Amino acid sequence: MDAFRVVSPGSLTTVQDRGRYRFIDRGVPPSGALDLTAFRIANLLVGNPEGAAALEVTMAGPVLEVLCDAADVALAGADMDLTVNRQAAPMWRTLRVRKGDLIRVGQAKSGCRACLAVTGGIDVPLVMGSRSTCVKAKIGGVEGRALRKGDVLGRFAGQPLRHPRCVPPESVPVHTADIVLRAIPGPQEEAFARGLDTFFGSSYDITPEADRMGYRLQGPPVHHDEGFPQSIISEPTIPGNVQLPADGQPIILLVEQTTGGYSKIATVISSDIPKIAQAVPGSRVRFRRSTLEEAHRVCREQALRMRELEAHLVSPR
Amino acid sequence: MSHLYDKPQIRLSGDRAVLVEYGDAIDPAVNEKVRAVTALVKGSLPEGVEAVIPAYRNLSILYDPLVTSPDRILPHLLGLEARLREIEVPEPRTVEIPVLYGGECGPDIGFVAERGGLTVDEVIAIHAGTVYPIYMIGFTPGFCYLGGLDSRIHTPRRKTPRTLLPGGSVGIAEAQTGMYPVDSPGGWQIIGRTPLRLFAPERENPFLYEPGDRIRFVPVSPAEYNRIREGEGR
Repeated sequence: MDAFRVVSPGSLTTVQDRGRYRFIDRGVPPSGALDLTAFRIANLLVGNPEGAAALEVTMAGPVLEVLCDAADVALAGADMDLTVNRQAAPMWRTLRVRKGDLIRVGQAKSGCRACLAVTGGIDVPLVMGSRSTCVKAKIGGVEGRALRKGDVLGRFAGQPLRHPRCVPPESVPVHTADIVLRAIPGPQEEAFARGLDTFFGSSYDITPEADRMGYRLQGPPVHHDEGFPQSIISEPTIPGNVQLPADGQPIILLVEQTTGGYSKIATVISSDIPKIAQAVPGSRVRFRRSTLEEAHRVCREQALRMRELEAHLVSPR
Repeated sequence: MSHLYDKPQIRLSGDRAVLVEYGDAIDPAVNEKVRAVTALVKGSLPEGVEAVIPAYRNLSILYDPLVTSPDRILPHLLGLEARLREIEVPEPRTVEIPVLYGGECGPDIGFVAERGGLTVDEVIAIHAGTVYPIYMIGFTPGFCYLGGLDSRIHTPRRKTPRTLLPGGSVGIAEAQTGMYPVDSPGGWQIIGRTPLRLFAPERENPFLYEPGDRIRFVPVSPAEYNRIREGEGR
């Protein structure tokens, strides 16, 4: 059934789900919501199954006209001004909307990306196991592209919630301009015996070249040790890999890339990828040395917190 | 000299992936080992493993850290590897790719011929006369890096990459040959084009080949090219 008409698309709004991993060995990037925590919470707030497709909104959001009789929507992620029919509406909670309502997602005040979920999930065709948009490969989402003015988006059937839900204020993430990312050395840390100290001891600015493919940083250069070549035999890249080209300025690789030929000094732990998703040009990043054991413990803690949150989504006062 | 390591080198690529590396060069023996181990691992996938991605000299194993860890995956993999001699590794498939060489479809074939002191027909015979292993797929969906190119037609990349190559273009870069499945910019020397759709996202299996397969290029006439192209609905 129809859900929304796109009155204005915002700066970059795409349909995303958990990502497309089935053909990652054929050069198909995983895509998927960059802030998976916000994505899961937005879906929980409208009672959707975990992997239902939602809209990923970047920097400045869309204006959507509601086309269906009644549905729930929820916005989670970057702190954005949200209005329904020009009335301010809260993020991080279930909002009931009706036919003809106008949802306006404004400019991000802090953070970069938010997820807008709707009852049933966005209905776009499943392409190679996922509904995620990959603009580069022109697949998924709406015709493999970002939303445009005039697009009509469908949603799958689903019941609006009997009682609205809201995330307790203490569980709402705070997005700061100083970001600490935990990273595990590797896969090519041996090329940077000296560079590792610079890398973990410095702070880096996020440059304007920052998108779903990767974030280019600027700061004290990290050079290969003597005797190590500037490039390696190309191999798959994993979201979170920090690669170092010849100029020594780190690039954090994200979800729209599959292979690369530069050495990777370290890899941001998967639980901290949402922090990158919320980083904007001008933010500062420091890397803190982590271990596999710590990273896996954080994964388990995060999964537990998500289950607790699900159990304690409270009715708003 | 062998480029194979005595023991595979294990590399962490974050908390969801581990790399198992078998050598330090683009080398048929190293890649054959990668292919064999990939086939065995895929044949008995440990719980929690989400993807196995073979490349030139290593394979990346992606896993769900809530289910498993390298501590559990690696002994399984090394156990399989130790029995490589006893376990039968499936023979690689050979996928035939029809190619219209030269002309508008292969604008750089003259350059490749000239550099090698060959005729265009000799370039075609040499390029189509080898069965190439797929070393890796990446860069764009279905872009394959093929090994085993005859040294007589090794050619450096173009000084200035083209801003738009039509999907299906077949090219050469140094010791490698490969195909551009979708329209994209590219710096390889283009010697021909296949009428097949190499990436068809709406199909159940969108690709004609996977890593580890082999590719044989089959020269076709312009008439055959057009007939196949029409059959592909292009």
